[in-house]
Amino acid sequence: MQPLDGEKLRNELRLWLESNWDPNASLIEWRSKLAESGWGMPTWPSQWFGKDLSLVFNPIVDEEFARINAVTVARSGIRLLAAATILEHGNDSQKSRYLRRILTGEDTWCQLFSEPGSGSDLAGAITRADFDGSQWIINGQKVWTTSAHHADYGLLLARTDWEAPKHDGLSYFVIDMHQTGVNVHPLKQMNGHASFNQVFFTDAVVAPEDQVDRIGNGWKVAMTTLMHERRSADTLRSVHRDRDLEGRIYDEERDETATVMEPYKWYPQRAGRVDLVFERAIETGKIDDPVVRQAIAELMIKARTAEWTARRARAAQQQGRPQGPEGSLGKLAASHVARQASKVHTMISGSDSMLGDEDGPLAGLIAEILISVPATSIAGGTDEIQRNIIAERVLGMPKEPRMDTGPFRDVMKNPGPAAP
Amino acid sequence: MQFTFNEEQDQLRATAQKFLADKSPTVEVRRLMETHQGYDPIVWAQLSSELGFTATHIPETYGGLGLSYAELGILFEEMGRTLLCAPFLATALGATAIMNVATESEKSELLPDIATGTRIATLAVFESFGKWDTDSIELTAKNNRLNGTKRYVLDGHIANFIIVVARTTNRNGADNIGFFLVDGDAPGLKRRVVKTIDSTRKLTQLEFVDVAARRLGGNADQSAKLAETLDLAAIGLANEMVGGAQHLVDETVKYAAERIQFGRAIGSFQAIKHKCADMLLDVEMAKSAAYYAATAAASSDPELPVLANLAKAAASEAYMRIAAECIQIHGGIGFTWDNDTHLWFKRAKSSEVFFGDPSYHKEQLVTRWQH
Repeated sequence: MQPLDGEKLRNELRLWLESNWDPNASLIEWRSKLAESGWGMPTWPSQWFGKDLSLVFNPIVDEEFARINAVTVARSGIRLLAAATILEHGNDSQKSRYLRRILTGEDTWCQLFSEPGSGSDLAGAITRADFDGSQWIINGQKVWTTSAHHADYGLLLARTDWEAPKHDGLSYFVIDMHQTGVNVHPLKQMNGHASFNQVFFTDAVVAPEDQVDRIGNGWKVAMTTLMHERRSADTLRSVHRDRDLEGRIYDEERDETATVMEPYKWYPQRAGRVDLVFERAIETGKIDDPVVRQAIAELMIKARTAEWTARRARAAQQQGRPQGPEGSLGKLAASHVARQASKVHTMISGSDSMLGDEDGPLAGLIAEILISVPATSIAGGTDEIQRNIIAERVLGMPKEPRMDTGPFRDVMKNPGPAAP
Repeated sequence: MQFTFNEEQDQLRATAQKFLADKSPTVEVRRLMETHQGYDPIVWAQLSSELGFTATHIPETYGGLGLSYAELGILFEEMGRTLLCAPFLATALGATAIMNVATESEKSELLPDIATGTRIATLAVFESFGKWDTDSIELTAKNNRLNGTKRYVLDGHIANFIIVVARTTNRNGADNIGFFLVDGDAPGLKRRVVKTIDSTRKLTQLEFVDVAARRLGGNADQSAKLAETLDLAAIGLANEMVGGAQHLVDETVKYAAERIQFGRAIGSFQAIKHKCADMLLDVEMAKSAAYYAATAAASSDPELPVLANLAKAAASEAYMRIAAECIQIHGGIGFTWDNDTHLWFKRAKSSEVFFGDPSYHKEQLVTRWQH
């Protein structure tokens, strides 16, 4: 491949966009063009809806899309994780069946990894997949599944071998969510929202051609998905777009975004709403209380040092320097910030902290903070798991002796479907 | 704002690390902390005249290297890591005070000797217990004669000259804060090294009885300059503290991997791992604040006062928590004199309250944020 000149690429894309972009096209029509031309995911292989471009050209591509407010391929939610996993581990038949409809947004996906009995210990999954001679039969339960209620397909991690050690008995499948053996129920959280689902499998089926990679390699495939999840959280590219644009395609995209973003509407409260602290303290007069002032200062110290630490990590990454320990600390720091913010909001609101909804401060917003913050130190890896990771991988401390080696059948586990 | 160190800064750090590993091993720290003088003049000469550390943030016009507080912060951090026994913080703060208040000719007269390390300077501000602001200054200056007592003065017993902050009266009879220059051996000045818990750093009490002094930078009120100087002092100390804290994190992790109990390295227990992870979080957060504040000082960021409070409070709490956990994880051996941990623990304790304790800085942080 010839080295590519950024400006040449920019001109080529600009010409293509100018002759193809139509704000009054339908979302699917436009995204089909993007998929076929390779401009939707230019860093993907040219054989699979891409252009073999290096990642370094992404900013140029984004700039050109932003310049004319062009809509991109569907890249929100679990979709791109599914696509990345299938690109890396799927066969050609799987790639041709799934990738295109991921990009057009016609299909939505969910991730079926966590179980009631295996949260931090994801590899302890006991949802089973048994081959009956013609297809895989799935039984078990998954939990914390975002968007499962409107997903067309799921990325399923299930146990296919109970004699193998824990990590070696898992396999990875694509499961059709529209079937009688799959039942999705919302999971109501302590803050009243239901952003996630529980998914029950009762003799659900997966065709042999939807087995991803080889049997027993499921953990490795799941790691690919999780790695992309982490990476997209770090570098999620959001193309700048002007607001209130007119045209059919924008209306359709807004509807899509509203559906995708619905589960996340309480997330700012989960993080503690540090931004509200000063104005609330002034409004309530608590700003004059020396104890509250100390607590506010502690919060500001935590919040700002967390922000600077994240920026140190990003700056090192951008300069291609080896990332120091600061890159692994963000999640733990965020928990400290959220918890301190919750404490400070409680001090500021005093007895009003008991009140919620229309009777509570800021029409229930403060109450929502107080009952959402506990999620911060759990979701996406508990603080305790983060500390293990920091201690073992960053500080290089010795590992805990394991109790879960040997055949998985004999490993102590939470109650669930019995082994055969 | 820059969030990484550049190549020159990395080189400076490497130079400092190499020098300090050689000149300030704990055996040297233990030797010097027992002396009255508290430092090794040969090492001082090397770090100043050979390596130019004392010239770091002094402008080139006055014989310095013309670098910034960001570079000075790196040196503080490395010296804090190794507990270097030397009047570096004292001299750097003396230079900072002079740079903040003095006239061009005074700077030309005083700074070159500081840059070369030929003269040791210090800054004398504090007097009464627990007061770290301008209101607490009672030492008087009348007709350029000083009367009063200064406490918590860094290396006052060896300083060739002392920058003394005094209360004076202007022509209208209104109170006024001024910076004065006093010779270390001026008649009427009584210098006493006070007993401290951290003997790696000498603190002195200075009694002034009709001591001749020279006002620096003219007769206008210099209380704003004092606040600025104290902010820079807090930022400098914060950078020194994160260096010490990092040393303790490293030592703790090393010890936890070596120490065997119940048939396994204690570092394999989650109770220990989680403490270590929290210590790392503490030191990295405190570093982010110390680095950010030092960089802000280099660029005269208007947010500087707030950043000084933030960095000092963060470093104080982090260093102290880490020092306490380091001893805890070392167990009984950590409480012995022979184990080195207490040297850093004591530095952490005295630095925690020096230039204002965390609650003082937190209160000031909110006050300054409100305005």
